[in-house]
Amino acid sequence: MTEVGKRQVTCINCPLGCTLEVEIHNDESIIVTGFQCSRGEDYAKKEVLNPTRTITTTVPVLNGDVQMVSVKTSSDIPKKSIKACMLALKGIVVEAPINIGDIIIKNVCNTEVDIVATKEVKKK
Amino acid sequence: MIYKDIVIIGAGPAGLAAALSAYENGVTDILILERENFLGGILNQCIHNGFGLHTFKEELTGPEYASRYIHKIEELNIEYRLNTMVIDISNTKQVIAINETDGVITIQAKAIILAMGCRERPRGALNIPGFRPSGIFSAGTAQKYVNINGYLPGRNIVILGSGDIGLIMARRLTLEGSNVKIVCEIMPYSSGLKRNIVQCLDDYQIPLRLSHTITRIHGKERIEGVTVAKVDASMQPISGTEEYVSCDTLLLSVGLIPENELSRKAGVVINPTTQGPFVSNSLETTIPGIFACGNVLHVHDLVDFVSEEAALAAKCAIKHIHGIQKHEKLISVIARAGIRYTVPSSIDPCEVDKMQLIRFRVSDVYENQYISVYFDFERVYHKLKRILTPGEMEQVILPKGWFDKFPTVKNISLEVERK
Repeated sequence: MTEVGKRQVTCINCPLGCTLEVEIHNDESIIVTGFQCSRGEDYAKKEVLNPTRTITTTVPVLNGDVQMVSVKTSSDIPKKSIKACMLALKGIVVEAPINIGDIIIKNVCNTEVDIVATKEVKKK
Repeated sequence: MIYKDIVIIGAGPAGLAAALSAYENGVTDILILERENFLGGILNQCIHNGFGLHTFKEELTGPEYASRYIHKIEELNIEYRLNTMVIDISNTKQVIAINETDGVITIQAKAIILAMGCRERPRGALNIPGFRPSGIFSAGTAQKYVNINGYLPGRNIVILGSGDIGLIMARRLTLEGSNVKIVCEIMPYSSGLKRNIVQCLDDYQIPLRLSHTITRIHGKERIEGVTVAKVDASMQPISGTEEYVSCDTLLLSVGLIPENELSRKAGVVINPTTQGPFVSNSLETTIPGIFACGNVLHVHDLVDFVSEEAALAAKCAIKHIHGIQKHEKLISVIARAGIRYTVPSSIDPCEVDKMQLIRFRVSDVYENQYISVYFDFERVYHKLKRILTPGEMEQVILPKGWFDKFPTVKNISLEVERK
């Protein structure tokens, strides 16, 4: 349960970085002000209830035209799962060719989110 | 000698968007010259997300954003040469380049688009006393080591400067298991975007020390630590505030400088504030037919705006090729109190379509102050801004109607005002 009261959060959806005021009421209703687009409102609500982040990192490639392929979580994952997600990627090596969107790990750490490639790697 | 309608120097986000825009607007005789062995430029190492919200209405990583353009370039068979270093540009729009397969090539262009991007300020620009041990990297170099080559630059990290690349690397290295001890920023505010402070530092409890700098680098073979000190209002270290922080790696994220050696060779006049060319609203430099866009013109926060600017540069280059630029008169755009610079620095009202965009940065942090625009002495725009910081690029849009209303205007000036 989230604490009742006022909080300020900075929206991270785009570089505008809007400062949002979030009011959490007794009846669990949440009122957000200061956003410039609907993404801000959704972000602020999520940030006080269940903060999430998209994680991006790299994985080594075998037989590719480059050494590393960049990857990301296919959507945002809970902040508390970030570390487990990085550990799950430790030791993973993939084989070229790779296309953007190829799944590297399915349902990483039971988040129902996949790790997908964000770069095309051709075979050497 | 090779003849081309448009030669584009650099195949990063600006160069690719310029090429695509030129093609889509009817000029297909294009050549892109790129010194690296891949297209996409620095986007390839910017594996983090947050790109493309304006252009594609979705959140992409750097490599994904680049691939959208690269696929189109390949699909349309737009000519490019990789591993090709441009060594000279003349004011007659002749480009000399070298590569291993062709040797020296000379290209006569009808228009040139400068899209070389920027480079990082190095340690040498900072005058930090100490030896020259290994373990000191610019943030972008460290980013390349981690994301492209798969090397970890070090375990215990100190970052000097709170530029966006430094912030991004603080998070990246933390995720890779390194301990990022502190980020020091000499200014009383961060030079990076707010969102990056939140998601790169706050999320991982990495302390940001504002008004702090590094006064000494310790270690002879490998860096062993740094002395951190608080600075006063004139940015001088305050004696007695020194603190030793041990580290094996120091990253510098202390600013970006547009790469204009080639532009200077051609005789393009450079704005000392931005270190990019002075341009009109056609993004044309002081040499007719040579255009500039992206970070070679002024350092952007957002790749989306780079792409947009590059697309405009290409359209204007096409007008130049067809000889339909009007060049009737130029209104100067002047950065007054509180405004560091504007792009463009002059406006030809005949080249204003529906509206004219002016991008600028402020020179300090201002709270609850106004951005004002004057047409000579008449104030035409006055907008309250809750917060203005030098780290975030701002813009104003001037409708075409204002130029019709003030047909004799000589100067347009921007100013930060209290009321």
